[in-house]
Amino acid sequence: MIPRHLLIAMAVLLVAALGLSVYALHMRRTAAAAPVAAIDTRPLAPPVAGPTERVTLFVAHDEDGSLRAISAQIPLPSGRQQRAEELLRALVSLYLDKASSHVLGNGADVRSVFLVDPGVAVIDLNAAFADTHRSGVLVEELTVTSLIHTISANTPGILKVKILVDGKERDTLAGHADLSSFYDVTAVNQLATQLAQ
Amino acid sequence: MRWINQLRGTLVLSTCVLIVLSAILLSGAAPEKRFTVYSVAANYSLPLVQREGRDYVGLLEVLEPLGKVSAKSDGPRWRLRYYTVQGDFQVGKTRARIQGRDYDLGGKFAVENNRGLVPVAALTVLLPRFLGGPVTLHEEAGRLFIGSVATHFTASLATDNASRLVFNFTAPVNPTLSTEPGKLRMTFTHEPVVAPASPTLTFGSKTIPSASYSESNGTAVVTVNSTIPVIATFSNDGRTVTINPSSAAAAAAQNGTPGAPGTSTVPEPSPGAASNAAPQAYRRYFAVVDASHGGDDYGETLSPSLLEKDVTVALARSLRQELEARGIQTLVLRDSDANLSLDQRAVFANADHAAIYIALHAASNGHGVRVYTALLPWGDDDHGPFRSWSVAQHASLPLSRSAASAVAAELQKRQIPVRTLGAPLRPLNNVTGAAIAIEVAPQGSDLAQLTAPDYQQLVTSAVATAIAAAHDQLGAAP
Repeated sequence: MIPRHLLIAMAVLLVAALGLSVYALHMRRTAAAAPVAAIDTRPLAPPVAGPTERVTLFVAHDEDGSLRAISAQIPLPSGRQQRAEELLRALVSLYLDKASSHVLGNGADVRSVFLVDPGVAVIDLNAAFADTHRSGVLVEELTVTSLIHTISANTPGILKVKILVDGKERDTLAGHADLSSFYDVTAVNQLATQLAQ
Repeated sequence: MRWINQLRGTLVLSTCVLIVLSAILLSGAAPEKRFTVYSVAANYSLPLVQREGRDYVGLLEVLEPLGKVSAKSDGPRWRLRYYTVQGDFQVGKTRARIQGRDYDLGGKFAVENNRGLVPVAALTVLLPRFLGGPVTLHEEAGRLFIGSVATHFTASLATDNASRLVFNFTAPVNPTLSTEPGKLRMTFTHEPVVAPASPTLTFGSKTIPSASYSESNGTAVVTVNSTIPVIATFSNDGRTVTINPSSAAAAAAQNGTPGAPGTSTVPEPSPGAASNAAPQAYRRYFAVVDASHGGDDYGETLSPSLLEKDVTVALARSLRQELEARGIQTLVLRDSDANLSLDQRAVFANADHAAIYIALHAASNGHGVRVYTALLPWGDDDHGPFRSWSVAQHASLPLSRSAASAVAAELQKRQIPVRTLGAPLRPLNNVTGAAIAIEVAPQGSDLAQLTAPDYQQLVTSAVATAIAAAHDQLGAAP
């Protein structure tokens, strides 16, 4: 015969196990219902040290398809290449805000910028930048012009710019803006003037 | 020894009989039937095979010179992939499935030595689905024209010499020449020469009374009938062939009475078009309208049920209708849901020397219409007569901008919000003639307007009116 206290202990353990199962199920459902967008996929970048500087960013506005100059105070490192990278990261961070005038997709970032003499800049975007970018001639053109005009206005001597995605060549940004060739900075600056009007 | 001689005699006799029989059989055998394909990319001939009383051709072999294609056999199934367009065929079945839709082949599909064979007539159904452009089949003659590649010709007696016949072709030709008494034959194997208005041309000349056109077994033949020996000379980079009396015959003919100046049944160009004769002679379509995207390139997903590639096709059809209503010959590059690479689109426009190339896009972003011209990339220099592909548009950019301004002005007249901009948008920079892109967005926030025939027509009729008004300026460009 099984002692009574053992029976009681077994019953208590069984009830506890059932209760925990129900609780686990409830927790799983709650987790599944939580918005996925809350996950920030932005890569972690080391904080930039150094004095802040006033720079001009050319920001795209979807509502009227324009490009407008804004002044910003951002910390910039001393290296020319690192400065160009931080400049574009500052620009992209504006577009990651949901209330931005030209929203980019989650996780969009500039992986790196290479300045190759004489006068060549290579902007390497991450895959999320292109994969989540909205499709359309104007909307893609605004992004490309914003990046190129910002980097060329703040980094003298750049004549042509190549845009890569995840370190590789890509035909278009999101089906329209051509990424297969080098951009002529003079032509892009003229376009930026057109877009500012 | 006698039996050896008898045996030798029998062997010699048998060999002779065999040789004679083989010669008879070979001379009586039907020549191999050929099928010739003409396209912007390549002109090539393929063998035809007979199955169930019909001419069949290998589908993979037809597509291979045109682009990236692969085929795979899996039991009775045969799968063909041309870039991203997939076709499923089944041995013995009369229907094929391409991109999820069934098409009738008009005969049973067959596979021999891994070659997928389809009836020749089925190519008119299958190729537009794979290539995304129109094809013209001359089934009896075994000739297939992909896109607008046909070479036309006119024939007329020289005004100063009634014994000289001048053929003018819209593209360079290099026919094989053969003569027999009273005939000079020009055989076009690799040139997409097509029939004039009438297959028999009469000239009313005593020395060259007529010429005739025929086509068979993948070739076109122009036969010139003459009463004196004639020779052919080529000029104008192979675009003009002149049939002259040979020197001895010419001397003899000068002693006789020259025939009255004859008239060809083929119309001659009007004198008023003389100043523009060169560009117009090679141009078959004045405008090339390109429905951007297509196939697995959806363009922008405008809404869960509305893709940019579908809106652009509807806009292209509407624009063609509006342009043709104004007497402008128009080619729509993509009239179905097919993939066309950006390079292919530019090649089509350049090969046809179209006066204007118009790419159509649709967008949910913004309001009204944007008219773009090429934002040229940092390009290589031209190499002698060869233009750099990436900046081929360079020389025509002022004309493109002028056309874009005309279109924008016409849209403005109709109170449609419009902007003109440069854009890094291929293939605008690869087109050698005037080239613009038009991005249509709804006037308000209602995306349904993009599919509304009224709105589409409002936009396309404005574009067509502007192009028609700029017709002379665009047409005069080389």
